[in-house]
Amino acid sequence: MSMQLATLRDLSVLYRSGSTTRTALASVDLDILAGERLAIIGESGSGKSTLALALAGLLPDNAERSGQIAWPGLGRPPVPGGDIGFVFQDPGSSHNPVLSIGEQIAEVARRHLGIGWRAAYARALDLLARVRIPQPKAALAAYAHELSGGQRQRVAIASAIAAGPRLLIADEPTSALDMVVQAEIVALLDELVRADGMTLLFITHDIALASGFADRLAVFRDARLVEAGASADVLARPQNAYTRHLIGSHIDLATPPLIVGPTR
Amino acid sequence: MSAELLTATGVSKTFASKARRVAALDNASVSVARGETLGLVGPSGSGKSTLARILLRLVEPDAGRIDFDGVDLLALNGEALRTTRKRIQMVFQDPLAAFNPRATVASALADPLRIHGLVERRQRPAAIAALLQRVGLDPGLASRAIHEISGGQRQRVAIARALATRPDLIVLDEAVSALDVSVRGRILELLVELQREEGIAYVFVSHDLAVVRAIAHTIAIMDAGTIVETGPTPDVVANPQSATGRALVAAVPRLVVGKSD
Amino acid sequence: MSLLRRILGTPEGAAGALILCVLVLAALLAPVLFPADPLSIVGPALVPPFTDPALPLGTDRLGRDVLAELMHGAGTSLAVGIAAAAMAMIAGSLVGTLAGLAGGLVDEALMRVVDAFQIVPSFLLALAFVSVTGASLPVVITAIALGAWTGPARLARAEVLSIRERDYVAAARVLGMRPLEIAFREVLPNALPPVMALSSVIVAISVLTEAALSFLGLGDPNIVTWGSMIAEGRNVLRSAPFLSILPGLALMLTVLGVYLFSEGLADALARRRSRA
Repeated sequence: MSMQLATLRDLSVLYRSGSTTRTALASVDLDILAGERLAIIGESGSGKSTLALALAGLLPDNAERSGQIAWPGLGRPPVPGGDIGFVFQDPGSSHNPVLSIGEQIAEVARRHLGIGWRAAYARALDLLARVRIPQPKAALAAYAHELSGGQRQRVAIASAIAAGPRLLIADEPTSALDMVVQAEIVALLDELVRADGMTLLFITHDIALASGFADRLAVFRDARLVEAGASADVLARPQNAYTRHLIGSHIDLATPPLIVGPTR
Repeated sequence: MSAELLTATGVSKTFASKARRVAALDNASVSVARGETLGLVGPSGSGKSTLARILLRLVEPDAGRIDFDGVDLLALNGEALRTTRKRIQMVFQDPLAAFNPRATVASALADPLRIHGLVERRQRPAAIAALLQRVGLDPGLASRAIHEISGGQRQRVAIARALATRPDLIVLDEAVSALDVSVRGRILELLVELQREEGIAYVFVSHDLAVVRAIAHTIAIMDAGTIVETGPTPDVVANPQSATGRALVAAVPRLVVGKSD
Repeated sequence: MSLLRRILGTPEGAAGALILCVLVLAALLAPVLFPADPLSIVGPALVPPFTDPALPLGTDRLGRDVLAELMHGAGTSLAVGIAAAAMAMIAGSLVGTLAGLAGGLVDEALMRVVDAFQIVPSFLLALAFVSVTGASLPVVITAIALGAWTGPARLARAEVLSIRERDYVAAARVLGMRPLEIAFREVLPNALPPVMALSSVIVAISVLTEAALSFLGLGDPNIVTWGSMIAEGRNVLRSAPFLSILPGLALMLTVLGVYLFSEGLADALARRRSRA
């Protein structure tokens, strides 16, 4: 069995505001294996984003966390940015609008790798080329608003991996992008993770998208983990009714259309 | 009476700001058959949303002609336009943003009934209840605030609002993209059922070819403001002639049960 | 009135509401407790406060009851403050909404008018207006509003420019709603919350401007206001400072109450928006 990078035991997250309490995660037991590509599948309200935030230590102040997150693969608590990279869903708001993207990527490298600005900028240039930004040298000086959504997400990935983290968490990184760009970004993530030996945690609502590259799937519903296992197993022999429902709801080019053909 | 309900010819639109000119639409032509669905597919920035908004006269084109059931749509103004609006309606991508934040389900559905004087005030609650049932919602939802109900329910209310004036054509701009996967299928089924029963034509705008294929009779593929390919859905999907078409087909995630690594 | 309950839920809102209630109570009780004209002479001059139980806060230079003047003045200050703020906000919201929706030349023209009013310091504007038109309560209220309407106008216009692009406004157009109806049903009610948050600041400024105008002798001479009381007390500041200090404290308390209440209002509105 592969070594565990992180283990979650009985993890629960509650949000309290005033008199109302909302359970975002309830008693989650999950292992994240080193070097694997794990997809967290869920619809809205499933708790998938909360899981990502809890792992990265990004939960808001009014969240109450109970249970344990252990990091046997690191042997110590993770350093955000250094051990864990995070790619957010909205490419529009995850970049500082007044700093050049070169500076934002370089800052991550400088802070966590202890290198100087010159070396950090060189690394940023290298990363921009790896994420296939056209004209990376010019892009170093560009600002986020000058780039398209897909390009911004590539830059976000570059920032996330700048310090060579062990774990890359991508929280619905393609949900705000169109299908064609989505396919490119997912392929890019898959390639980078394999080349660098990172562990990938990919949060999505699209089980088919995940099936294309994930080693394991974990299905969440209403704050609970309902099924987890190797992708092939979960998709071929889903144990849980909700998983079967998700698989059944998927629409692709092989699904029978709902209409009869055109009349002309 | 021609089989084509709406024909748009040579529509062009350029957005000019102080910094640059963006050609959102360049000589685009499409047509929609009565009671059928035209799928307008393309990557983001292809101009499909702009074309949709031009069909609804939300944006004025720089050039082109739109023929709607024998009427020159772009020449209408004032009361004539308002009357014609009953026949062309829209469903937006974000069901929450499509309603006044202060609206209730009842007030949102009452708007079209009131604006066009379709139903007297006393009969409105009954008409609203009928509309809600038509889209598969419990009439008791009428008193709820829009922001209190679920995303799927909201989109059904949006569809009910579009149906209120008994339109001939509904434009749906990424109408299921913001919904949960398990809700999408049901909304699409509802749309198809309504089309079968009421004979409403749809222009279904999306970047997801799979969704469009499920309900569109004809597909028009757009890229960079132009229509690069048109044809019956099965043909376009099975045998895309354009590079964009091929890219869109390739981009649809497929359920890979046995992963080849 | 769940909004009111939410405001009262915050400590600032509750404190502010309490202070404002005390002031409103004082204003309402004034004609009950002191039915006579507060400007009438009731005792010897310059009686210090807390010495005579019949005259709890003493008397001024002419022998008028300070407490009576204070309580009657409360009504005036609050009435002028609220009326001027209401006028400024209504005028400002309408102009701002019109400019935001119309766009083009109408927007440009209206914004230049707003610029013109903003360039002149608001107090001087009020001063000039009252001097020219003559001092009476409606004039004072209008004068204050003339200086205060530009803030709401700009704020309303900014909100409207943003709301104009939202899907629900497009939806209203697609439904066939007439432009005026869109303006008043869809746009204006949703543009108001930030302007409402500004309202308390405007009330506070109005109260102070009114006091300043009265202090300079430009207020309505037939009614008692805190500003005129301070002006009266200026001449005997060394020997009877309480004549200026007491109305000054009252003004400070009013402004404090208004600000605290507005904090509570802003908090309550922000929470409602984040829930929706």
